[in-house]
Amino acid sequence: MHELVQRLLDGDRRAVARIITLIENNAQDKEQLLRELFPHTGRAFVLGITGSPGAGKSSLADSLTSYYRKQGLTIGVIAVDPTSPFTGGAILGDRIRMQEHALDKGVFIRSMGTRGSLGGLARATKEAIKALDAYGRDIILVETVGVGQSELDIMATADTTMVVLNPGTGDSIQTIKAGIMEIADIFVVNKCDRDGADKMAAEVSAMLDLGHGQNPNWRPPVMKTSTLDGRGIPELVEAVSKHREFAVSSGLFANRRAQQLKAEVTETVEHYLKELLWQKAGASGEMDKLLEDAAQRKLDPYTIARRILAVFDG
Amino acid sequence: MTDKLKEIEEKQKAWQERFGRLKGRDAKFMTVSSDPVKEIYSPADLVNFDYDRDLGFPGEYPYTRGVQPNMYRGRLWTMRQFAGFATAKESNERYKFLLARGQTGLSIAFDMPTIMGYDSDHPRSFGEVGRVGVAIDSLQDMETLFNGIPLDKVSTSMTTNAPASILLAMYVATAEKQGVSAEKLNGTIQNDILKEYIAQKSWIFPPQPSMRIITDIFRFAKDYVPKWNTISISGYHIREAGSTALQELAFTLADGFAYVEAGIKAGLDVDDFAPRLSFFFNSHMDFFEEIAKYRAARRIWARRMKEKYGAKSEKSLLLRFHTQTAGCSLTAQQPENNIVRTAYEALSAVLGGTQSLHTNSMDEVLALPTEKSVQIALRTQQIIAYETGVANTIDPLAGSYFVEALTNRMEQGSEEYFAKIEELGGVLAAIDKNFFQQEIADAAYRYQKEIEAKDRIIVGVNEFSQEEQLGIDLLKIDPEVELAQVQRLKQLRQTRDNIRVQNTLEELRNAAQGTDNLIPRILDCVRAYTTEGEIIQVLREVFGEYKEKAVF
Amino acid sequence: MEEHKIRVLVAKPGLDGHDRGAKVIARAFRDAGMEVIYTGLHQTPEQIVEAAIQEDVDVVGMSVLSGAHMTLFPRVKELLDENGADNIILMGGGTIPEEDIRELTEKGYAKALFTPGANTDDIVAWIRGVVQ
Repeated sequence: MHELVQRLLDGDRRAVARIITLIENNAQDKEQLLRELFPHTGRAFVLGITGSPGAGKSSLADSLTSYYRKQGLTIGVIAVDPTSPFTGGAILGDRIRMQEHALDKGVFIRSMGTRGSLGGLARATKEAIKALDAYGRDIILVETVGVGQSELDIMATADTTMVVLNPGTGDSIQTIKAGIMEIADIFVVNKCDRDGADKMAAEVSAMLDLGHGQNPNWRPPVMKTSTLDGRGIPELVEAVSKHREFAVSSGLFANRRAQQLKAEVTETVEHYLKELLWQKAGASGEMDKLLEDAAQRKLDPYTIARRILAVFDG
Repeated sequence: MTDKLKEIEEKQKAWQERFGRLKGRDAKFMTVSSDPVKEIYSPADLVNFDYDRDLGFPGEYPYTRGVQPNMYRGRLWTMRQFAGFATAKESNERYKFLLARGQTGLSIAFDMPTIMGYDSDHPRSFGEVGRVGVAIDSLQDMETLFNGIPLDKVSTSMTTNAPASILLAMYVATAEKQGVSAEKLNGTIQNDILKEYIAQKSWIFPPQPSMRIITDIFRFAKDYVPKWNTISISGYHIREAGSTALQELAFTLADGFAYVEAGIKAGLDVDDFAPRLSFFFNSHMDFFEEIAKYRAARRIWARRMKEKYGAKSEKSLLLRFHTQTAGCSLTAQQPENNIVRTAYEALSAVLGGTQSLHTNSMDEVLALPTEKSVQIALRTQQIIAYETGVANTIDPLAGSYFVEALTNRMEQGSEEYFAKIEELGGVLAAIDKNFFQQEIADAAYRYQKEIEAKDRIIVGVNEFSQEEQLGIDLLKIDPEVELAQVQRLKQLRQTRDNIRVQNTLEELRNAAQGTDNLIPRILDCVRAYTTEGEIIQVLREVFGEYKEKAVF
Repeated sequence: MEEHKIRVLVAKPGLDGHDRGAKVIARAFRDAGMEVIYTGLHQTPEQIVEAAIQEDVDVVGMSVLSGAHMTLFPRVKELLDENGADNIILMGGGTIPEEDIRELTEKGYAKALFTPGANTDDIVAWIRGVVQ
């Protein structure tokens, strides 16, 4: 067994931290690590929190963490922020809201950048969830900005997904229209101390009446919270439990997890196939020339693509 | 446009065509705020200029030329050096040193635990007691701080915001002990919480209860300490956080108007509290830009107070301000050069008509100032006042095409910012949306990049630098100071009437949960030697704590 | 393909709110392609070290303008060592007199300290140099 996996299973948080780094960096050892972590996963409850920037996702994650900790549950938090596509750098500031938990050994918080590569975010985040799962966290909160396909993909990993909205930002309703409606198991109107909170909750309900929702048997509840004074947090936790019960009893939970595992196999195959292809194509020495031919319009891109794929022939 | 103006405009164009192609030296011609500056200004840049409407005479609307009719010919500005370190006893000695050398007002610097509402023995205070200012835990320390300084004879400015009400109460209680009645007290508390959320970040409570405390202070002071300046609306820290001159001006005035609106909303008559509002600006290196900023500030304030808020009393229209030279303009390299920087900055504050002035000491970028460097800083002001002749006539730069054009630009730019802030839903909403914080962060980053690209030259930093040994002595704070302060506090907790302390705290809690004015309750607390940290803790339990928003 | 991205924790210990320098440097690190974890104001040494461990950063950068550098740097270094995280490089900046910089770096409490006026490109280059 990999030394780091052993240490992780023994409860060493530095090993968890290092394993996540190796996963993110796509290190040599990554596959071995994931393989050895796998038997220890599947136990944690994964709660997705998404919404537009400034909606109060970190504050909500902070409040939920406090609440679950009082119930004696251990928490893992993965907070994802966008990487700059121009520089490859990122400022990850979600911890600011959660630093009160920094010294609580029952809380492990990790910030991740999207790092730009297509689908890479989704992969690394899902894999990091596994590390925290194997580490024995009861609940894993995954917080991401709710835009883009890869985020939707992460949310497909969560057992329950909440979409956070806040009154007074015109773009929240826009966000709903942009398709986030379908992924929400629970809506949270945060900052409910503000004007417009009731109106926003009513608007969301009205949209749900129009049949925007993913599951005919689950109408996403619209919860109101304020992280300033903790209003609505117990009710939100209750709603999460209800969704979980529903998911388990209706078979949704088992079904989702089964789908996830299948998807993981196909994704992994695709991933390796890609790596293998570029490796082989690179080794053939033809690659640059073929791409240059495309750039010069000497040949159409489709013929060139076929020629590159020919490395798999024979 | 008159024919004469048209003629000048055409001549200016012709002049630019003739000489515009001359090769300039390799430099970016822009202000410290990165605004472009033209090679020449003329009447053509002041097309709609109207002397009566835009300037008027000193002491007359719109007060562009000054708030008093006789300005420095009547009385020089107050030379007020911000000071305080270690314990009350040591700071008391420094104040006496400054008063003996001709300083005319006191300005108290508190240490970080006092600023943030923690007692010296709180774990969070560890290592910070008496470091950047004086440690004040209870009335006992305040009594020591002003020992031998009659409070009816000095004016005192206290840099305190979130706990301003407590320190004001301690000052009033100290005066009581000296036998000085409260209505004789003269001074200022900074008390400007909005700029804390925007730039300085020494907040404790969320905005709503913080604004309530401020309006409680307005109401209390109106009758009880009528000569006290209840707020010093501060651009200084906004500028230090990296804003431009225009942002400093516009954001500060926007804060000012927000306080006015809060006062009116709390049921006060605008003329009952507006005359006690004062301002605090930064003076940075760009000589003319700063002067234009002060002149525009007076004009904008007067116009809005009269036209928008319906102020009737002339005193409500006057923007009186304190100035401090820019700490952020000082360099750690070749620190003696900071004396020169500070002198120019002080000069622009004086030419801009400041009511009081702090000049930074050359070593403040490295440590707390030594007595010697503080003395040079004070002497700098005295040289400006008595040797340069600039105090002989009022607003001597009025009518300069460049200065008037810059003043107009400042006013216009501020109006644009006000419109933007209004669009966002007002100052509190704009804070919540990180508007100010983002504007400042962008400006700070741009400034740094300009220095690194050498678009902006800082002498001794990115040009004219040299290997050097630091040639100046620095003030050291003895770590024993903290232990001694903690010891004194322990002793106080044992010897005071703790039942009375608990009772005053409970009454304060009741008032905080309801709507009664908090300040009389706080005064009862401090009279009983309840500590600052104990009072804040009760309020924190009722009001909650503000949490930072990250903006880059 | 393995890609190591430099991760830096920018921390602001102490009670003061002077975060202009911390924010400018955080932005410069981001623009240099690094991942910056920002923990916000008023952090205790314990909070800083725990965050550094969980985030598995290469470097911790502390901005200290309160004059408390002689207690803060040794304390953070001590905690890093106690937690077996001595691989994490500790550096910082702020209003720190030359004499104190010498003492802190010579005793190994900080690998390097930068004062106001330092060029962000130089700091970036320094980090790239020390992180293998």
